[in-house]
Amino acid sequence: MRIVVLVKPVPDPASAGERLGPDGRLDRAAVPAVVNGNDEYVLEAALKLIEAAGEGEITLLSMAPTTAPETLRKALAMGATRGVHVTDPALAGSCAVSTATVLAKALGELEFDMVFAGIDSSDGLGGIVPAAVAAHLGLPYLSYAARIEPDMSKRTVRVRRISATGYYLLEAPLPAVIGGTQALGEPRYPSLKGIMAARNKEIVTRSLADLGLDGASVGGAAVTTAVLDNRMPPARAATEIVRGTPAEGATRIVDFLAERRII
Amino acid sequence: MTSVTASTLPTYRLTEEQTLLRDAVRILADERVAPRAAEIDKTGEFPQDLRALLGAQDILALPFPTELGGLGGDLLTVCLAVEQLSRACATTGLILAVQELASLPLLLAGTDEQQARWIPRLASGEQLIAFALTEAEAGSDVTAIRTRATRDGDDYVISGSKRFISQGSVADLLTVFAVTNPDAAKRHQRLSCFIVEVPTPGFEVTRIEHKMGMRGSPTAELAFDGVRVPAANLIGNEGQGFELAMRTFDRSRPGIAAQAVGIAQGALEVATAYARDRKQFGKRIGDLQMVAAMLADMDAATESARQLLYKACVEINAGSADASRWSAMCKLVAGDTAMRVTTDAVQVMGGYGYIDEFPVERMMRDAKLTQLYEGTQQIQRLVVARALLGKDG
Repeated sequence: MRIVVLVKPVPDPASAGERLGPDGRLDRAAVPAVVNGNDEYVLEAALKLIEAAGEGEITLLSMAPTTAPETLRKALAMGATRGVHVTDPALAGSCAVSTATVLAKALGELEFDMVFAGIDSSDGLGGIVPAAVAAHLGLPYLSYAARIEPDMSKRTVRVRRISATGYYLLEAPLPAVIGGTQALGEPRYPSLKGIMAARNKEIVTRSLADLGLDGASVGGAAVTTAVLDNRMPPARAATEIVRGTPAEGATRIVDFLAERRII
Repeated sequence: MTSVTASTLPTYRLTEEQTLLRDAVRILADERVAPRAAEIDKTGEFPQDLRALLGAQDILALPFPTELGGLGGDLLTVCLAVEQLSRACATTGLILAVQELASLPLLLAGTDEQQARWIPRLASGEQLIAFALTEAEAGSDVTAIRTRATRDGDDYVISGSKRFISQGSVADLLTVFAVTNPDAAKRHQRLSCFIVEVPTPGFEVTRIEHKMGMRGSPTAELAFDGVRVPAANLIGNEGQGFELAMRTFDRSRPGIAAQAVGIAQGALEVATAYARDRKQFGKRIGDLQMVAAMLADMDAATESARQLLYKACVEINAGSADASRWSAMCKLVAGDTAMRVTTDAVQVMGGYGYIDEFPVERMMRDAKLTQLYEGTQQIQRLVVARALLGKDG
């Protein structure tokens, strides 16, 4: 079983959040990068499938700036087999359309049964790249996967998509592109052995020229959309948390409201 | 097309690998070690469950080379793990620190055969090893050791006693320093280093000390009465023992510094959480300037000690000619910092800090030992001053 997992380094949401530079592009130096949260969930699903099958390999594919290998290290430590890193100065400022074009081209060089992607990324939230990649490659796209069950003998994959009342069961022939959600299950933290083993795993670097793409047709020179601004919600007023037994809590809350003549 | 395999970008920050590793150990320490810490302190029992956990999670494999079943972690990586474990429970951090300390003579001067014989089971955590150097009358003055090892055919026969041996009663292997050349021209050429597998005839644990802190880590008195070891268990050459002990300390003192930094960090976190929660005079006590200033000083001191430790690790690992100075300085600064920060943590928490409802009184008792073992703070100052002044004449 060969699975490619699309991985995006994003600004650490636990840190100060994303910041845009004056050009509307992400200021990557301002905040440390981590693997996009949803991508870790689909990687976990891929790892579990490989472990259950007792064979297979997982290739990480990332289009990202030159610092990405450091970020990909965690995904390799979790258990991915290798990484492919597409990087090129011309790709800075790419929109989702360019990103999908480049990833599809890079996938053309890889052998796979399934491509997994997080359903969206925490730093752009466009949520269209996996679908666009599938469209480029002419492959089926199964979105919002909460469970992924391939049948390698029949060359099919079934996916559960959670609905308002239960779930849909979808099926597609392999190869297929699958966008997964956090309902797939909590990603593991890498083991020490996995972390040290990641040291010797290969990350192959590919430029636009390596992929046979032209810097004028994709990347910053060919953007279709522009981000104008990102704004923080207004700060909330100070909160007071009341702790204690329910009776103590009730008394404190009543006192609090009474002091302010609300009751 | 190029391939990248190394994760070490030229950076003053920790590498991604080191950060991942530190966080992996931190998660384990928070989830599995911290909940046991108070009980370990109370009962004074060596935590065999946590020793097994460190083995199963490959934490004990960190200091050992990959070809012998280890993970090939550098000194800084080992120290990051000791720091995170000690932040939750200093006794547990010491399990890794002692495993590294006592293996160092074997790693530094053992033959391939000797390493292949003992290291894999130390790396897997199946066996523990302790460092038997100190004696009742030979503490800071290592050359005063009286335990004798006498050659007898293909064996050495060891007689004497050792005191204050961390984990001496739970170890499967002992790195024992004994006098082989009593008439050597120089006092420091009298000693040799041996690996002793225990239990063995003539060997006995004669006492477990009752300690103020680090109470889950058994500190043992060991008796050797005609203990026979094959000559193949001699590490390095006869007369090389003192040099090996000193080279060991150059690499092991950072482990104790890491333990101290971890204890300080643990106490700082508890005191900070308390200062956020505790209300007096109608506000959080952390918003009272006298308390806020204490917390700020504790944080600054802990971070200073940590940065000196990390730098020392990198310098020692790079083979710095100044390794003794770096290792003594980081242990000196970290030990004193841990003592001050834990004492202040108790102060910030007032009466609550002094009772065992909170862990800071334990941390304060544990911190004291980091100023005493692997060379007292006075010995560290001696090492630093000697490096600074050079020899007279």
